[in-house]
Amino acid sequence: MTDTASSNGLTNALGNNPEADPEAGSANPRRERLRRLGKRALWRLAGGILVLWAVATLTFFALRLMPGDPVLAILGGPSGNPTAETIAEATREYGLDKPLAVQYGLYLGRLVQGDLGMSYSQHLPVTRVLAEQSWPTLELTFTSLALAWLLVLALTVLTAGRRRWVSTLASLAETVSAALPHFWLGILLLAVFAFGLRLFPPAGSDGWRTLVLPSLALAIPLAGFIAQVTRESLDLTLEQPFVLTARTRGLSDLNVRFKHALRHAVLPGISLSGWAIGALISGAVVIEVIFSRKGLGRQLYQAVQAQDLPLTIGISLVVAAGYVLANVLVDLLYQWVDPRQQENP
Amino acid sequence: MSEPKRLIVEGLSIEFAGQSVVRDLSFTLEPGKTLALVGESGSGKSVTARSLIGLAGEGARVTARRLSYAGRDLLALSERGWRDLRGREIGFVLQDALVSLDPLRPVGKEILEVLQTHGWGDRVSRGQRVIELLETVGVPDPRLRARQRPDQLSGGLRQRALIASALALSPGLVIADEPTTALDATVQAQILGVLQQIRQRGDSLLIISHDLAVVAQLADEVLVLRHGEVVEQGPIEQVLRNPRHAYTRSLLDAVPAEHARGTRLSSAQSGSSVQARAGADAPVLLKATGLGKRYVGPDQQARQVVDGVSFELRAGRTLGIVGESGSGKTTVARIVLGLLEPDAGAVQFLNVPWTGAGSGRVEEKTRRLHRRDISVIYQDPLSSFDPRWSVGQILADALDVAGIAFEQQRARIAQLLHEVRLPVELSTRRPLQLSGGQRQRVAIARAIASNPKVIICDEPVSALDVSVQAQVLDLLADLQASLGLAYLFISHDLGVIRHVSDEVLVMRHGKVVETAPVETLFDSPQHEYTRRLLGAVPRLPGAGATRVVPPVEPESAVLLFDESRLWKIAI
Repeated sequence: MTDTASSNGLTNALGNNPEADPEAGSANPRRERLRRLGKRALWRLAGGILVLWAVATLTFFALRLMPGDPVLAILGGPSGNPTAETIAEATREYGLDKPLAVQYGLYLGRLVQGDLGMSYSQHLPVTRVLAEQSWPTLELTFTSLALAWLLVLALTVLTAGRRRWVSTLASLAETVSAALPHFWLGILLLAVFAFGLRLFPPAGSDGWRTLVLPSLALAIPLAGFIAQVTRESLDLTLEQPFVLTARTRGLSDLNVRFKHALRHAVLPGISLSGWAIGALISGAVVIEVIFSRKGLGRQLYQAVQAQDLPLTIGISLVVAAGYVLANVLVDLLYQWVDPRQQENP
Repeated sequence: MSEPKRLIVEGLSIEFAGQSVVRDLSFTLEPGKTLALVGESGSGKSVTARSLIGLAGEGARVTARRLSYAGRDLLALSERGWRDLRGREIGFVLQDALVSLDPLRPVGKEILEVLQTHGWGDRVSRGQRVIELLETVGVPDPRLRARQRPDQLSGGLRQRALIASALALSPGLVIADEPTTALDATVQAQILGVLQQIRQRGDSLLIISHDLAVVAQLADEVLVLRHGEVVEQGPIEQVLRNPRHAYTRSLLDAVPAEHARGTRLSSAQSGSSVQARAGADAPVLLKATGLGKRYVGPDQQARQVVDGVSFELRAGRTLGIVGESGSGKTTVARIVLGLLEPDAGAVQFLNVPWTGAGSGRVEEKTRRLHRRDISVIYQDPLSSFDPRWSVGQILADALDVAGIAFEQQRARIAQLLHEVRLPVELSTRRPLQLSGGQRQRVAIARAIASNPKVIICDEPVSALDVSVQAQVLDLLADLQASLGLAYLFISHDLGVIRHVSDEVLVMRHGKVVETAPVETLFDSPQHEYTRRLLGAVPRLPGAGATRVVPPVEPESAVLLFDESRLWKIAI
């Protein structure tokens, strides 16, 4: 991660090692590493399928436990005033007259085939709604995460272990930003940069300019949080003997930080990032409403209000799948940064 | 570059926040010579070494009348100038390569880094140089080792790799800060041999150690530091044969290998003997028969960590277990403590089954009855204490376990502290506020709190300076005499083992290679391995040994095996 060029240099010069290594159990440590990573990823994905099944089951039953008749919801809510015949017909059509267990079985069967049903409220296939709305949310979440990490790295690497007032000031900034609520920060950013300075559009979801303010609103609190952890870990790392060794080789301070200390310091932050994806998605619900963006968050908010069972389940599944995938990636990234972990599976 | 590479230090003083840590230090290191800085931890030797490469640390104020290397004024150097010097002209070797090399990178990359930083050669020649360097310091199969991380290498190999990185650009001066501390005796001898090469190449070496016996083998001149001041300075032979200062004298006395069993090491009552011990016919307290333990390593291969180990420990006596790291000593200790179930064999304690494999298995509930009769002292007491507890709380906790009523605990704590020669006022302090020696005394107090019959001592003095080590060993001897304790004493240090033991068990690769009464073992070792171990013990010249450092030989056994790691897996 830090210096691929030098690693290639070493590997090239060393050539491919022909002798087998009895201790490492493989002739090529790098290939062995990739094999282990792949195996691990497969296991984690298998676990992820279990998580998805659990999410599908929980949402299904939770929504059935909610007060209100789903048939009424299908037929346009309480104000729809349908006739008894229409109700009976809709009940049959959507299979709501069958026992709950049968409904659950049918529901799972359709799910496996990729059929998420029709949205009650929008009268569109759920898959189509998801296809339209997933991208803006994904874009927002990952931009926010990337932005948060950029802030973390800039803030911590440049200020950790410096003069006391510098790190105190930086760490104060982190604590404050970690405590900021999304909605408040979103409104503040709107007021200053959209309505006041007119630098960015206040609403919409087309083009990168509409992405700036909402992702900042999500990224700043997250960055504060991750930076607190990273700073502590960086401070600890900079005290380690190997950092002193690196300095005795004539490395500059910035090189010591980027080539040695950073790799150790980001480990806890990487672990947190898995959790952060979840937090960002739930934050997106509020932010998408405030900035009137397209996206799953807003859809979920509306679908729950309308008791739109298929859409709610569909969105929950997509969010859960994203969360599982993000965590597998985070796990692999962690293993890649810290190869020592692989030996203790 | 015609200027001779001479290091001149005149009137060096170092302060941290107004506190003086080094005062008025002066020496000259001629090219091709070796100078040793000797002193206890806190004597200012490490910070002196670091100030010579401009890394004394944040907040350090370094002043000197003169500080120059190869004719260059070091005091006038800019940060850029320092960086140019570091690695290129002055190489630096730290203690314990496991943490002194970046644990996430292959060692080859670390050596490569020196070459890259100073723009040496091109990509291909740098790669070749890395291999060449590893070969020079005696690393076998360097192409493979270059791609392994420090934790995948044995202690000796990674220390060699660390030295290789300091030698990468053939600096005229190498500074080695405790380069062999925490290494086994045989590995230590090999590393000293590698350092010897630097001398032979005509470069200078500044070696820092707390152990006079170690530097005696390399140095031309010695500087003895105490509390930041030089107490003695001169050619090595003169300082060793004819120490003028009492402190140097006490450092020499503290080397346990030089003193027969039953004599005191610490200077207070040097030479006076401790009371006689229990005889070889005392009742057997602990009896191990055919202990065995296997672990499955990360590569799915089973390793026999302990194999057919049997011994008897008699009341009031000391059984020493000696061996290099990875020999299975600690695993034996854990089995005997009943913390780890053996795969084979059994242990009897106080004539009842204590632990065993298969049908000999004993429930922890049964063991609990006699738990108070056996206790343990570890190498690093700090990590075995709850850092938030005071010394009083730590001891009270041990007394709770021993079933001492709350009302009597206060008096008993005072008594325990008295027994380990600590002032009662210390009971309100926390472990972090104590010195290493004081912590180990608290650990001993905790171990004797329940009036045990047996104490397992797992490398109890390995992390201590020689002079503190001497005091702790004396204390253990006194307690053995007054309380009739039996010790199972584990150490990699033959000097310590010789000093404390009645019988000695030599372990290698999990097996007992030799077991004998201590005099027999040291006077006429039967096994070839024992003889090799004995040969590697650093001795003071004049104590019967000649000043010989073994030639650089490639490390024979490469151990990828780390007991401390298995410890975690086993729990």
